[in-house]
Amino acid sequence: MSEHSEHTGHVVPVRTYLLVFFALMAGTALTTAVAYIDLGRWNTVVALAIAFTKMCLVILFFMHVKYATGLTRVVILCGFFWLAIMITLTLSDELTRVWEINPSGWSALLPFASRLL
Amino acid sequence: MSTATAGAHDGPPESGVNYLNASYGIKSWLLTTDHKRIGLLYLVSVTFMFLVGGLAAVVMRLHLVEPQGALLEPETYNKFFTMHGIIMVFFFTIPAVPATLGNFLIPIMIGARDVAFPKLNLLSWYVFIVGAIITLGAILSGGVDTGWTFYPPYSSLYSQSHVAAVAIGVFITGFSSILTGLNFIVTIHKMRAPGMTWFRMPLFIWASYATSLIAVLGTPVVAITIVLLGLERLLHVGIFDPAVGGDPLLFQHMFWFYSHPAVYIMILPPMGVVSELITAFSRKRVFGYSFVAMSSLAIAVISFVVWGHHMFVTGQSIYAGLVFSVLSFMVAIPSAIKIFNWTATLYKGSISYEAPMLYAMGFIGLFTMGGLTGLFLAALATDVHLNGTYFIVAHFHYVMVGGAVIAYLGGIHFWWPKITGRLYPERWARLAALLVFVGFNLTFFPQFLMGYMGMPRRYAVYPAEFQVLNVLSSAGASVLGVGYFIPLIYLIWSLRYGKPAGPNPWGAKGLEWTIASPPPTENFLTPPVVEEAYNYSGTGGSHD
Repeated sequence: MSEHSEHTGHVVPVRTYLLVFFALMAGTALTTAVAYIDLGRWNTVVALAIAFTKMCLVILFFMHVKYATGLTRVVILCGFFWLAIMITLTLSDELTRVWEINPSGWSALLPFASRLL
Repeated sequence: MSTATAGAHDGPPESGVNYLNASYGIKSWLLTTDHKRIGLLYLVSVTFMFLVGGLAAVVMRLHLVEPQGALLEPETYNKFFTMHGIIMVFFFTIPAVPATLGNFLIPIMIGARDVAFPKLNLLSWYVFIVGAIITLGAILSGGVDTGWTFYPPYSSLYSQSHVAAVAIGVFITGFSSILTGLNFIVTIHKMRAPGMTWFRMPLFIWASYATSLIAVLGTPVVAITIVLLGLERLLHVGIFDPAVGGDPLLFQHMFWFYSHPAVYIMILPPMGVVSELITAFSRKRVFGYSFVAMSSLAIAVISFVVWGHHMFVTGQSIYAGLVFSVLSFMVAIPSAIKIFNWTATLYKGSISYEAPMLYAMGFIGLFTMGGLTGLFLAALATDVHLNGTYFIVAHFHYVMVGGAVIAYLGGIHFWWPKITGRLYPERWARLAALLVFVGFNLTFFPQFLMGYMGMPRRYAVYPAEFQVLNVLSSAGASVLGVGYFIPLIYLIWSLRYGKPAGPNPWGAKGLEWTIASPPPTENFLTPPVVEEAYNYSGTGGSHD
């Protein structure tokens, strides 16, 4: 229960909330502005980088994770780890669809297999 | 289970105020924050949904008695199997054990007064009800024909049925699952009684904890997937449609990232129930307690990395298929650990075959068959032949019905005296348990054969050569239906006419058996102190 009281006991000054709010608004404005500039393949990267920064601000300040206990942080990291599992294994399909299947690839193993048998 | 050494309250059921007679009236139920009453609200709700989903199954099995279909137009048949799947998966099997038995038992088993967030618990039930009403409303106003998996592009572009409304119903219900999972995780972390260390917890608690982790980590993904599907269907945003830059397989990846672990949301709590039943009716501590406990967590973790086995033949890269195949085989290991440990628990136990134990024994056999046929489907080559056939239908019904539903029935019978304070008629219960076992096998074993011989699932018509097996399956379904119906009657009967149960009719160990039946509203009049887990020594077991 001590963790709980520590967690709720921390008072964040209104000034911090306002600063974070304005930073989020600035991020939104920046995303919109960048959308008018063609950065080629970097379009998505820049947009996601801004979004990631905004997400971190929300998690750290609005969700009080900056002042939270280790257990809370571990829980949050687990969430991201699970997201990484989903993306990685989905990409294991997406990125290997273009790989060609060499027709002789598997049959090349046959001599070894027959020797084993 | 664990032994309370101090402070627990014993007493005959009629001796005092309990959670059932503490207050009366519809308001006292609809506004309750008592975990036990909320468990009963869920019990009534999921039983109703089970009857609706079961009705759809009855109509389908009657239709399939004739090769050309006896009852329905093909379009209507599509809607019936979709309704059956959506209701049985999202509105019955996922909430069945956690929301009913879990709600009722988790706080009592760990020696707590209630769950960590009682109001959130009631909110979960209301969220579930809102999702169920929206889904049932959509079904009554025309239904949906996509199958419970909502695969695009059919669901996003072509289906003329109520996809959006049903998807909203499922989306909302998901939040009930998330909130319940969150509540259980915090409750198990924070509310355990003095002495209730992690490795003294009942195995049902370990299973519920693992299930809650899956619900919290997985359900948001299917919620987002459904939102994306809605965005594409209603606003034509290109997510899954290749014509506008989407990828239909992305839907399947995201959908199964939740929906495969959801299979373990359905089966892990019943596994926890079976652990309790086996130990109670063998009068013996569970063999390899920590392995059984840890295998629940292992199943929860591995369940998240196997989803691609649903996509071996849908266009997924063969290389990803190889990875998912290997990972899928791995999930058999913790499942087998459980089966072997339960079997080893029986060894030299003092076994008695009351109805809950009959269900538990049925579970072990049927889940083993469901699990082992899963290995056929995890193998890339055999899956090409079996995917999309009745073999799949038989496989997952052996897991979800032969496993989850049968263990749920066993659990309901086992804790019925605790929940209601009344005993059910044991002979009728044994008869029903046998009928369920026989009816289930007669329904679904022929489907393994049909599927192996190539009969595809989700078809309203079939070649005449499959008629004998289909008629057998439909005959089995009617036996199964009778097996479900008998307990419904005698359990309701027992509420009024059943003999008083007393605190511990089974001679079982665990905190819930140390308090009165039905329990007082506050569960424990003084906080219990827990010393040893599953202490069956000296109670008839010949070996501990």
